[in-house]
Amino acid sequence: MAPILTLERISKRFGAVVVATDIDLALGDGEALGIIGPNGAGKTTLFGIITGTVAPDAGRVAFDGTDITRLTPERRCRLGIARSFQIPQPFTGMTVFENLVVAAAFGDGRGERDVYADCAGLLQRCGLADKANRVAGSLTLLDRKRLELARALATRPKLLLLDEVAGGLVEHECAELVALIKDVRATGVSIIWIEHVVHALLASVDRLVVLHGGGFIAAGDPHIVIRSPQVREIYMGIAAAEP
Amino acid sequence: MSAPAIRIEHATRSSRAGLVLFAVVFVVLVAAPWWGGRQHLRLLAEIYAFVALASLWNLLAGYAGLVSVGQQAYVGLGAYLLFALAMLVGVPALWTIPIIGIVAALVSIPVAALIFRLRGHYFAIGTWVVAEVFRLLASQVSVLGGGSGISLPVGIVLAIAQGRQMREFVIYWLALALLVAILALVVWLLRSRYGLALTAIRDNELAARSNGIDVGRVKLVVYVLTAAGTAMVGALIFLQKLRISPDTAFSVTDWTAIVIFITVIGGIGRLEGPIIGAIVFFVLRELLADYGTVYLLTLGVVAIAVMLKAPQGIWGLIAGRFGWQLFPLERRVVYLGGEQPAKCA
Ligand SMILES: Nc1ncnc2c1ncn2[C@@H]1O[C@H](COP(=O)(O)OP(=O)(O)OP(=O)(O)O)[C@@H](O)[C@H]1O
Ligand SMILES: [Mg+2]
Repeated sequence: MAPILTLERISKRFGAVVVATDIDLALGDGEALGIIGPNGAGKTTLFGIITGTVAPDAGRVAFDGTDITRLTPERRCRLGIARSFQIPQPFTGMTVFENLVVAAAFGDGRGERDVYADCAGLLQRCGLADKANRVAGSLTLLDRKRLELARALATRPKLLLLDEVAGGLVEHECAELVALIKDVRATGVSIIWIEHVVHALLASVDRLVVLHGGGFIAAGDPHIVIRSPQVREIYMGIAAAEP
Repeated sequence: MSAPAIRIEHATRSSRAGLVLFAVVFVVLVAAPWWGGRQHLRLLAEIYAFVALASLWNLLAGYAGLVSVGQQAYVGLGAYLLFALAMLVGVPALWTIPIIGIVAALVSIPVAALIFRLRGHYFAIGTWVVAEVFRLLASQVSVLGGGSGISLPVGIVLAIAQGRQMREFVIYWLALALLVAILALVVWLLRSRYGLALTAIRDNELAARSNGIDVGRVKLVVYVLTAAGTAMVGALIFLQKLRISPDTAFSVTDWTAIVIFITVIGGIGRLEGPIIGAIVFFVLRELLADYGTVYLLTLGVVAIAVMLKAPQGIWGLIAGRFGWQLFPLERRVVYLGGEQPAKCA
């Protein structure tokens, strides 16, 4: 199976802060990958490099067989890479529904009218239907995160990048999120999910990598990786959260 | 996912009321020559020009995030093109206006190529430098009076229409028509696909890019359109003044400072803002015209008060409180069929 996304020898530093050193990654088509790592490890920066909002110092990013290292974020989105931001970035003055219409119309290159029904349906699936006509700036943090996810899905991506979407959810909401993400996977979408809520990850991903000190220090089966002594050592918080 | 049955509504009750209000005001204003004196017409035409300039600047800065302090470049360009086309080429004065729009659009493309490389404050400074360059170039054109300026020859003025009164009417109507055209263009633009992109860019450029919007192209289109509109308004302003000089045509105070004041007071990034702002500005100006420095001080105090108390401007305050919009821009979704929407996540 040809990979949908490959990172080759990606390096990035912010001044003295090294966030990536020669990172290699191949994501299979339809695969769901989880990323964990301590705060400031560079997880979000990696999403920036994949989506084009952060330029790597060195290395190559390929998506669906083409080199996208130099493409703008808008081009990458239209190729099929969607991202939910860790710090929600809603279009604050537009309604929740309009936020999705923008993503669907531009991210997926469709006519405005053609996307209305899909967007309305997505809002229902993401639990935002009753707030569809609310201005996005008036949403709570939790609803803003839901909006991030809904808006990313509205672009009908091939690759979905999720950055900490489960934080703050109560148990049954988290279960619904996991179910939703499984539904999305079932349609063939590849997923990379950065998450501190480990049990949600374990329930959803095929593979787990641990980012620390500019590289992946562990990778493989999620349940095995999470129990490895290395991970427990550098990532006590997660180890403690494990039952 | 099965798509739900929905209906999309654009107009709200306030926007329907707004349209009726606009229609009534428009009829009254078209009829102004029959109810107003010469002074009224002049004042109204001036107000139209400022509403138009502010609406264009609002589109540029408020929506596209291109905070220009150099739009006087295009006011002056339009003014000088009017004089040049009328005096040197012999184009009838009124016919110069559409030509000026096209020429200004063409001029703005290389200018954009230059200043779009600049970010943030540097962009603003860049726009001002461009305006200064334009002003210096204009002062070198000796056939148009060089640094001291020139008056529009009487023959050209007389050819606009029969008789002084009719001339004033024609120019008044033209000013009104240009304003309506510019407002219509802005409304149409904001309701179109471009409007979605522009509003998204206004709210969050990073998210706009990440959702597939070609921000650079949208900004370029807006820059070129506003340049064209601004130049046409500039031409019309100086068709009324009948005299041009580099300092008046490229005045940063008149064509940028006041325009920004109007937009910010009224509400930046909102269509209604410039209209409200212009009304406030002209009321203040007419009330305080005789007081000189007090007038400027009051403007300053009003600007600071609004920025502190209502950073969204007067219209932002009203719209936020009552949920009003005069123009039907929003897309509201109505779920048909009573069943509860299925929830997840
Ligand atoms: N634009 C930037 N300029 C300078 N430093 C940056 C920038 N973006 C990120 N950093 C730094 O790079 C490091 C990695 O940041 P990043 O947000 O990628 O971490 P993260 O793994 O997502 O952390 P968290 O779990 O807290 O979300 C941090 O030390 C951060 O301060
Ligand atoms: Mg992060």
